[in-house]
Amino acid sequence: MTRRLLVLGAGTAGTMIANRMRRVLDARDWEITIVDKDDVHLYQPGFLFLPFATYRPDQVRRSRHTLLADGIDLVLAGVEQIDAGAGTVTLGDGRVLAYDQLVITTGTSPRPDQTPGMLGDLWRRDVFDFYTFDGAMALQRALQQLTGGRLVVHVTDMPIKCPVAPLEFVFLADAWLRARGMRERTELVFATPLSGAFTQPVAAERLGSLLADRDIRVETDYLVERIDEQGKALVSYDERRIDFDLLVTVPLNMGAEVITRSGLGDELGYVPVDRHTLRSRAYENVFVVGDAADLPTSKAGSVAHFAVETFVHNFPLLVEGREPVDAFDGHANCFVETGNGKGLLIDFDYDTQPLPGTYPLPWVGPMRLLTETRANHLGKLAFRWLYWNALLPGRPIPLPAHMSMRGKDTSLLAAA
Amino acid sequence: MPETMLDGHRIHVDAEGFLTDPAEWDEELADVLAAQIGLTLTDAHWKALHFLRADFAQQGETATLRRVSTLGAIPVKELFALFPGKPAKKMAYVAGLPKPHGCV
Ligand SMILES: Cc1cc2nc3c(=O)[nH]c(=O)nc-3n(C[C@H](O)[C@H](O)[C@H](O)COP(=O)(O)OP(=O)(O)OC[C@H]3O[C@@H](n4cnc5c(N)ncnc54)[C@H](O)[C@@H]3O)c2cc1C
Repeated sequence: MTRRLLVLGAGTAGTMIANRMRRVLDARDWEITIVDKDDVHLYQPGFLFLPFATYRPDQVRRSRHTLLADGIDLVLAGVEQIDAGAGTVTLGDGRVLAYDQLVITTGTSPRPDQTPGMLGDLWRRDVFDFYTFDGAMALQRALQQLTGGRLVVHVTDMPIKCPVAPLEFVFLADAWLRARGMRERTELVFATPLSGAFTQPVAAERLGSLLADRDIRVETDYLVERIDEQGKALVSYDERRIDFDLLVTVPLNMGAEVITRSGLGDELGYVPVDRHTLRSRAYENVFVVGDAADLPTSKAGSVAHFAVETFVHNFPLLVEGREPVDAFDGHANCFVETGNGKGLLIDFDYDTQPLPGTYPLPWVGPMRLLTETRANHLGKLAFRWLYWNALLPGRPIPLPAHMSMRGKDTSLLAAA
Repeated sequence: MPETMLDGHRIHVDAEGFLTDPAEWDEELADVLAAQIGLTLTDAHWKALHFLRADFAQQGETATLRRVSTLGAIPVKELFALFPGKPAKKMAYVAGLPKPHGCV
């Protein structure tokens, strides 16, 4: 009898897993089905560039159908309920799908409804997010009309996907305003719940000055309680007010509602998993890959990619009750746009913070870690092509899944 | 990890003074740690600290403010009043637990 592998969510992790597993698992033994609520796959890293009109909408969207290999069944419907005890999933249209093995890849989403006042009259008039396609496009229109005033970039709470994206936004906004001769008339404020723009000591030391150099005010340990709609201000739990003319916020990020509804999530709707095998801590035949998992690493496409590598090696063994051959290490690497055609790169894992050095080749690069270069910026731009043409189809790309210490400057670790 | 003496307690701490071995903690030490950051512990503080200790024993990770408010039933506003400025860090410090990690 064929077994059924069901993947929930055809985003970054789900698409990679379905495509990779289709090659690994014999079609006579395994059916593979993947579910998503619509047929539009979005390249989310591109949302950073939409507000500044550096990317066109068609560069960040593709039909999910075109991204999945033959032999994978794509079902377009919202997932309503997961009954992990029974091994079934109920869809919005009432269909019930049974599975032998389930992979949850439903990601995380911005939830402006969780902060009082955020979704009110000011939403998409003076308050914007760029974590959704619509939000990024609405912000593009707002920026076109901006004449100055106070622009506040704000993070509601951690964890968020791509934790560096808000900083990148503020760097790009600074460069964009300068290029338009509007920087003098615009005050830039960055409000974060963390104790600094970067919290890991070596990165913080190296990068802290980037904000100061650009005359960006940083408000740290800032946890918003509500938005005062009349007064156009953020108000924190300890009553600090930050007035704004334009607010670009990253709302609270939460796992898919279906996770909480199905009793599978923690307080933010993320599924508790074993951090090395990505197997659910509650159900043997449930795995969670990408942003939907409660792993203590960044929620990022790069992490999803490295986690998929481990998953693909282990899955065939784990379902036979054998020992895994590989352990996920929390590896993340993120480009950080810093404006004016430059960028930084950071590379880290569960245990090791970002350090300076070179990537991916020790001492050669061509990317430099924790140093602003043009090559890093070009690397970020090249990633879109790689994403559509290599990563999602599951073609091998020459990046090691596990973090390597080669080429990294570890002398700073002792000093830190 | 540096070993240090604090009011008669021999403890191991990290560079920022957070205990590295939660087993070295007891309630008497909590009073001492609280005094270090200018706090006098009341029942309301203890409710939060007990939640944090119990949750850590189960999860192996320090609870976030949101977790304390959702599962421990203490509103975030109150946590800010009890542990002013940086409640997540201050609670972890007094509870003898690792600093809660934010990402990058
Ligand atoms: C502005 C921005 C910039 C970013 N920049 C970077 C970057 O530079 N580098 C990087 O590595 N990462 C970046 N990321 C993060 C990256 O996009 C995500 O971490 C990555 O997409 C996570 O993959 P995933 O598969 O876990 O979730 P997703 O790709 O979000 O996929 C989840 C899928 O599940 C579907 N889904 C959810 N609930 C349901 C349901 N109930 N029924 C049916 N379908 C459902 C969704 O429709 C979606 O397709 C960025 C993100 C944003 C928002």
